[in-house]
Amino acid sequence: MARIVGGLTTSHIPAIGNAIHKNLFEDPYWKPFFDGYPPAREWLAEVKPDIAIVIYNDHGLNFFLDKQPTFAFGAAPQYTNEDEGWGIPVIPPFKGDPAFSWHLINSVVHEDFDLVTCQEMAVDHGFSVPMQLYWPNFSYTDIATVPVMINTVQHPLPSPARCYRLGQAIGRAVASYPEDKKVVVIGTGGLSHQLDGQRAGFINKEFDLTCMEKIVDDPEYFLDYSIHDLVRLAGAQGAEFILWLTMRGALGGKVKQLHSNYHIPISNTAAGTMVLEAAE
Amino acid sequence: MTATQNKEPIFGTPIFDGEAAIKGYALNKMCYSFNGKEARDEFLADQEAYMEKFGLTEPQRQAIRDKVVLDLIGVGGNIYYLAKFAGMFGLTVQDVGAQQTGVTLEEFHEKLRRAGD
Repeated sequence: MARIVGGLTTSHIPAIGNAIHKNLFEDPYWKPFFDGYPPAREWLAEVKPDIAIVIYNDHGLNFFLDKQPTFAFGAAPQYTNEDEGWGIPVIPPFKGDPAFSWHLINSVVHEDFDLVTCQEMAVDHGFSVPMQLYWPNFSYTDIATVPVMINTVQHPLPSPARCYRLGQAIGRAVASYPEDKKVVVIGTGGLSHQLDGQRAGFINKEFDLTCMEKIVDDPEYFLDYSIHDLVRLAGAQGAEFILWLTMRGALGGKVKQLHSNYHIPISNTAAGTMVLEAAE
Repeated sequence: MTATQNKEPIFGTPIFDGEAAIKGYALNKMCYSFNGKEARDEFLADQEAYMEKFGLTEPQRQAIRDKVVLDLIGVGGNIYYLAKFAGMFGLTVQDVGAQQTGVTLEEFHEKLRRAGD
């Protein structure tokens, strides 16, 4: 049977893609951020997951406002990275596992989550940056992926509680997959940041630290929060915390925090990196 | 720091909802096209003709000519699509942030750094 071995979090800022391309790992601006990743990579090298479910949001590459799904699951043999317009280098494609994707889709729709399914899907920095951070030098080609896209572009966004429950449904779907696979779930985006409006540059360290504390042992703390609450406390784009909550829902009950790193700022954002190991 | 279910508007925080999506559709569609290099080249060669092709309203065209981000948001622009427009001119989200908040780039960087204290 398949099982979830743990969860990872990471910001997915496009500037990170550029910094990786330019090898800025030792640059004084970037070092405190990149130093958060080797412990997570060591854990990955130890547990050797077969599949990564990546919870992310599309920022206008695969989806436009003509058709904006709330939840979209990849079901393709391969996911391409493409030109996003402002110059981060296009990187090699990511491997899919259609049989595993369809198992997730069948199971989650059976639990009344209505999804868009994608047999072709371009993935932008929301997906590609986390994959590069956790599997550097394009070593991600060894692991199968399932992109799970959640709308954070156009309101209404799905609530924190809805996303957490979607994660729980994903967790049950993985547990019922008959093949012996180890699965890691990645919650991307966040933490607090705001790109638009006169409050641009808003960062809320106190709230971020609460998020990083509660996501470990008390994720249900956030289930009464509205999207508007998250926008107020974490910034317009900090509402991406729903992607972390989806990951945490998938992990289920108890988890063990193996590593965390928090750094302000990367670009306009407070960056949070965590490794949560699922209980046996 | 508990949830309040408070729906009061948040200072300086545009919410890109259905109303904005309707208003900004042509503008955002044009900016979405900038994912492609051919589209970027076509826009840069003749921006007026390119805006005509996408049927932008006059206020949207003026906001594009002026490159004023708050104006672009006011005419329905979504920040993720606008970022593709700004990116053509080498502007980062810090440039965009400084412009919207009326400070210099260095002051904006400093504000971000101070958030970590």
